[in-house]
Amino acid sequence: MTLQAMTYLVVGLTFAIYIGIAIWARAGTTREFYVAGGSINPVANGMATAADWMSAASFISMAGLIAFMGYGGSVFLMGWTGGYVLLAMLLAPYLRKFGKFTVPEFIGDRYYSKTARIVAVICLIIASVTYVIGQMKGIGVAFSRFLEVDYDIGLSIGMGIVFVYAVMGGMKGITYTQIAQYCVLILAYTIPAIFISINLTGNPIPQLGLGSTMAGSEVFLLDRLDQVLRDLGFLEYTTNVRLSLTNMFMYTMSLMIGTAGLPHVIIRFFTVPKVKDARSSAGWALVFIAILYTTAPSVAAMARLNLIETIEPAPGEYMVYNERPDWIRNWEKTGLLAFDDKDSDGRIQYSADEASNEMTRVDRDIMVLANPEIAGLPNWIIALVAAGGLAAALSTAAGLLLAISSAISHDLLKGVFRPEITERQELLASRLAMAGAIVLAGYLGFNPPDFAAGTVALAFGLAASSIFPALMLGIFYKRMNKEGAIAGMCAGLGVTLLYVFQHKGIMFVASTSFLGDMTPNWFLGIEPNAFGAVGAIVNFLVAFAVARVTAPPPEHIQHLVEDIRVPAGAGAAQSH
Amino acid sequence: MSKHQSYWSANLRLVALCLCIWFVVSFLFGIVLVEPLNRIQIGGYRLGFWFAQQGSIYVFVALIFFYANRMSKLDRKHGVHEDDE
Repeated sequence: MTLQAMTYLVVGLTFAIYIGIAIWARAGTTREFYVAGGSINPVANGMATAADWMSAASFISMAGLIAFMGYGGSVFLMGWTGGYVLLAMLLAPYLRKFGKFTVPEFIGDRYYSKTARIVAVICLIIASVTYVIGQMKGIGVAFSRFLEVDYDIGLSIGMGIVFVYAVMGGMKGITYTQIAQYCVLILAYTIPAIFISINLTGNPIPQLGLGSTMAGSEVFLLDRLDQVLRDLGFLEYTTNVRLSLTNMFMYTMSLMIGTAGLPHVIIRFFTVPKVKDARSSAGWALVFIAILYTTAPSVAAMARLNLIETIEPAPGEYMVYNERPDWIRNWEKTGLLAFDDKDSDGRIQYSADEASNEMTRVDRDIMVLANPEIAGLPNWIIALVAAGGLAAALSTAAGLLLAISSAISHDLLKGVFRPEITERQELLASRLAMAGAIVLAGYLGFNPPDFAAGTVALAFGLAASSIFPALMLGIFYKRMNKEGAIAGMCAGLGVTLLYVFQHKGIMFVASTSFLGDMTPNWFLGIEPNAFGAVGAIVNFLVAFAVARVTAPPPEHIQHLVEDIRVPAGAGAAQSH
Repeated sequence: MSKHQSYWSANLRLVALCLCIWFVVSFLFGIVLVEPLNRIQIGGYRLGFWFAQQGSIYVFVALIFFYANRMSKLDRKHGVHEDDE
């Protein structure tokens, strides 16, 4: 069977499974629609959370980023996993005990204020919409690259699939499809990694292969990689710091706090039966995430080494362009890989020196996408990688869309504007909000705004600087009142947006950047993407200061805080 | 001190301990002290690099299960656990 037919078969099969699950897991009540009835097993929820969390960026781009950043790429590895420790200990169990449906709902109740709830809805929608654009692009790109259909058609098919299971099943349908999607994406990620690790080091476990010697040699793989990069004039792989250690520190902290504050992740912990389950479920989520996140650095280093050794098989001996392997020909066609034989010697030189480097373009996404071809794996594995990329993008998109639609139907409509609507009306409204959110996300996928490139960083910055501190203070500081929380959220959000916009341009229009995107202008040398942690600190400080000079929260709020701090009685809190 | 207060302060102590470990393995070992630790080699890994790209993640997983397990015991000890349905 041709690769093309095989890819259609595998992707078609996975889509049939997702649709089948949608029909089986329809939601009949708002409780099922928003939190899957609160009856998901903690291990299953961990798996769904992992799929929810790992986006097209984690699956396709992260290993490639690390491959070219080396040690500096560690910020993503630590940042996007360490947040789960914060989530498990500082937020998830208490929010589960609170027992309602959305993150803004907690903020509105805890700070006895519709204003606080609306501020939280705004932060949530900006963070989630910016994030969903990236997923939509991922769906379109995966379709066009693997199935050779138009980007627009691919995106429409993807939207159609999400529409079916998200509108029908809400959180319930999304949860069960995410479990299936996790299985697809993790197989698609690890199988090629295992083969590449065996090829290079003889060790079938990529995590160990990365620390092993090269097959048939006494040289360690990482030492070899450092050596070849030094010879080519690049920085050493294992010590290549991103800008400065201070910047890496703040970047990691921002990603961790942002991870813990992202609403689409937090609401997954509302779906388990008990407080105890919320804690262990965070652990399971991280287990399933760690399988991919500890494999990624191996894929990164091995793919980089493979690429260099394809171009320069032995020192000073370069690849003859006309004898290049098939996978290079295939990826040249996509424009993601490009060569320019500058000295016309028929051979390709790779070097850190711009003037003599002849591999003029290597898109970092190739590091994962071309992996099975580089390792010479059979067609069905290449097809599986296509299905895996789609699973990663679809599962994250669905989770984000649910966070957006529930904020609209539950927080704005039911919570603020039309509290009198019935359960059935709210369920209908939530389906309509979901359909609307899908159409909006699709529109943004068809017409990606100019600022799309910088948006995921913005989502983390917003979650870190606004949502996380408000939630944490609401649980751990009984004296925190609505004035403090609102002022803190606005200050954190304001400082972060100001910093990002002043260096990257207002809404990322570069010409409106009033300080210029120049390293010397950065505060303590911190890049804009790493600024969420500073925003969070500002939020905490402003919130404390304002809370101290304003009236303490009313008695019943202090009782509410005491109540969410103990697990007992969660059953009672569930029922509305 | 009431039952709930002693439960809460026990919880806070446990969280503080776990977050110290969380900070040490990632921010200290993986970033601040990465250069001195990189002078130590374990197999093919430099130790600082290993903590940054592998070790910290394994410790995170272990920490969450450790916390969940200890909290279940604390819940029971202080009589604030959920009913077993």
